[in-house]
Amino acid sequence: MEELDGNGAAGRLREVFALELTTARGQCTHCGNVGALGEARVFMDAPGLVVRCRSCESVLLVLVRGDDRYWLGAQGMTWLELR
Amino acid sequence: MAGAAVLGRLAPLKWRVASLAELVDETPHARTLVLDVEGWEGHRAGQHVDVRLTAEDGYQAERSYSIASGPDDGKLELTVELIEDGEVSPYLVDELHHGDTFELRGPIGGWFAWDPAEGGPLLLVGGGSGVVPLRSMLRARPADVPARLIYSARTLEDVIYRDELEALGDDVVLTLTREQRDGIRSGRVDADLLREAGFAPAQEPRIFVCGPTPFVEAVASELVELGHPPERVKTERFGPTGR
Repeated sequence: MEELDGNGAAGRLREVFALELTTARGQCTHCGNVGALGEARVFMDAPGLVVRCRSCESVLLVLVRGDDRYWLGAQGMTWLELR
Repeated sequence: MAGAAVLGRLAPLKWRVASLAELVDETPHARTLVLDVEGWEGHRAGQHVDVRLTAEDGYQAERSYSIASGPDDGKLELTVELIEDGEVSPYLVDELHHGDTFELRGPIGGWFAWDPAEGGPLLLVGGGSGVVPLRSMLRARPADVPARLIYSARTLEDVIYRDELEALGDDVVLTLTREQRDGIRSGRVDADLLREAGFAPAQEPRIFVCGPTPFVEAVASELVELGHPPERVKTERFGPTGR
């Protein structure tokens, strides 16, 4: 499976978010690491987009695109700072 | 832009029609597509676009490509490296002809981007086609901003933008990983090369590293070990196979 980083997910995330997500900092719920989403590990070939923590590899965020809706899961992030 | 006062709200990304104006052969495996794009409003150096191809049966494939041109170059340029079993690059590299069209959206990405107003010095480290967004930064760089590109390619034949980079003289340090050539370094980008050719941490360079994931991981950790603060080392990875 092809691994990218948060930069590679930016276009897909822009379909849902109005603010820049690659520069947004977030905290991993599992290990507490704080980093920019642009640096996170991203897997695009899964059924949706999967963003994982660069430190501990836990899932931070999942975005699945259906025919007429998106599903967003963000259980792996304690907080996300958007500017 | 209407509504821009609400934080850094971005305009919605629209798919636009790009038409091929010119093709430039860079290496046996990479070509630069010079494009006319409807309604294109410019980009920052380091950003990318998403390209979408639609088959006759409606099947769609999307890939991201770094923007190769400088912000003031006029036309949008993408340099695409052929991935043999890829879904998108074989079409872009081998089958696209003058005047053909496809869809793209962008510019995308605020993390791996550099504006001349941020100043320098600029330390750019690229592996393979990871040099593409770094070339955009070099084109954006004003003459008074010191810059150094450390570029790792497999062989001399694989060097993208060879003439343009050679014209930059000592600002570009090339190393070949699978070939020995007189007068050119060989070997991987290691701590010694980064210490010798990069700027010292005290000079506070802005650092951009782009290439295959293992290359980026190795270079970024060497830079941090040399004393560069992690937040000043920005990275872009494009997976084990390139994109």
